Amino acid sequence: MHDDSGQSPPEVRDRRPLIVLTWLWVGAPLAYGLYELVRKATQLFTG
Amino acid sequence: MSPPIAPVGWSRWLVPPAALSIHLSIGQAYAWSVFKPPLEDALGLSGTQSALPFQLGIVMLGLSAAFGGTLVERRGPRWAMTVALVCFSSGFLLSALGAATGQFWLIVLGYGFVGGIGLGIGYISPVSTLIKWFPDRPGMATGIAIMGFGGGALIASPWSAQMLESFGGDGSGIALAFLVHGLVYAVFMLLGVVLVRVPRPRAEEPTGGRPATPEGPQVSARRALRTPQFWLLWIVLCMNVTAGIGILEKAAPMITDFFVDTSAPVSVTAAAGFVALLSAANMAGRIGWSSASDLIGRKNIYRVYLGAGTLMYALIALVGSSSKPLFVLCALVVLSFYGGGFATIPAYLKDLFGTYQVGAIHGRLLTAWSTAGVLGPLIVNWIADRQEAAGKHGADLYGTSLLIMMALLAVGFVANELVRPVHPSHHLDAVPAEPAEKGAPRARRQRAESA
Repeated sequence: MHDDSGQSPPEVRDRRPLIVLTWLWVGAPLAYGLYELVRKATQLFTG
Repeated sequence: MSPPIAPVGWSRWLVPPAALSIHLSIGQAYAWSVFKPPLEDALGLSGTQSALPFQLGIVMLGLSAAFGGTLVERRGPRWAMTVALVCFSSGFLLSALGAATGQFWLIVLGYGFVGGIGLGIGYISPVSTLIKWFPDRPGMATGIAIMGFGGGALIASPWSAQMLESFGGDGSGIALAFLVHGLVYAVFMLLGVVLVRVPRPRAEEPTGGRPATPEGPQVSARRALRTPQFWLLWIVLCMNVTAGIGILEKAAPMITDFFVDTSAPVSVTAAAGFVALLSAANMAGRIGWSSASDLIGRKNIYRVYLGAGTLMYALIALVGSSSKPLFVLCALVVLSFYGGGFATIPAYLKDLFGTYQVGAIHGRLLTAWSTAGVLGPLIVNWIADRQEAAGKHGADLYGTSLLIMMALLAVGFVANELVRPVHPSHHLDAVPAEPAEKGAPRARRQRAESA
């Protein structure tokens, strides 16, 4: 826990790069799975 | 391990990736079938035997979610995610040892028992935290995570198949594949362990962060079991899942049988495409319908799942065999409701019982899933077999099953209609301290657990 009493407000770090990185971490494999799914699903119309 | 409290300025949008890293991993369970044929060839197993690790894994998922929920609430999400990582990953490593030495029991123990504990604890690990970070959009938040469980199989299925193709389908190839799975999933899940944070109590958040202290009625997990609302939602979930599994279980043979006597019969390849499309609808329903529940309300969205679901089944039964697009559309809608039902239930629980022990209550409610997992396939397979024995074929094989599914959905609809706000006598402030919780002032304990 931070102790903010009577001092200047704590520095707030920019989290945007971390947000992008973490969403890429989970998004990339999910995109691969979705790509494979779409490939298979098109067989319903072409198979 | 104490719950990791978010530092000042921590973004709540870092929490869904933490949850997804866990759910995308444990969702691999539904891709177990990829390992079945090589295991049967390498170890001389029957189909029933090779399904054992998966079946035990699902049983352990239900049991560990039901009995470990309170512990997850007490120890926090980082502890739960660590347990999930260790169990799920070491389950694969034990299985690798089993495949390398030809000891099938080690695979059952590793993947089924140890890995299954990881499934259950991992499944409920982010739910409570997400709801606390997104009190304004709990349906969307839990929808993202639970969508990940569906997405996990989409990733693992082609990935595992390619790995087995590269390493070979013999004992050592399977062992190597299990080993790589164990190591890769450990690294992937580590993101969740490192990243997850619980929100700071509002009073300590100088930048106007979201509320962390529980608001509205709060009910403990033990007390929730004594309310009619819990059991009504148990029926709702069980009926909705049973109806969805009814289609999922027989999707490929069902679409083939429905159009067997028509001018455009469905090929095996096209049926596989239909199954893939159902998976997509299942996933889309988890995030889409669950997010919609934040706008139209939980009770209303379940009215849609159960009411419109009944209508979809009626359309399949009455005119499904006359139109392929209509059959596919109705099945897709039913599967999207199936996914939506899973993803919306944590937010429904939060509305009724508060955030205090919502993860533990959710864990106990998942026994409805286990029950439906047995009930759904049993109904559809048993009836289809009997209809076949009676000389029926094509769409007639499924007529009775579809009627039963409609009846089950109607039961769920009625149960949902009976849900009312929890009586104040069950609220945390109205009941005396329960035996396991005696000794600590309630307010302080509540703050600690919500943190």
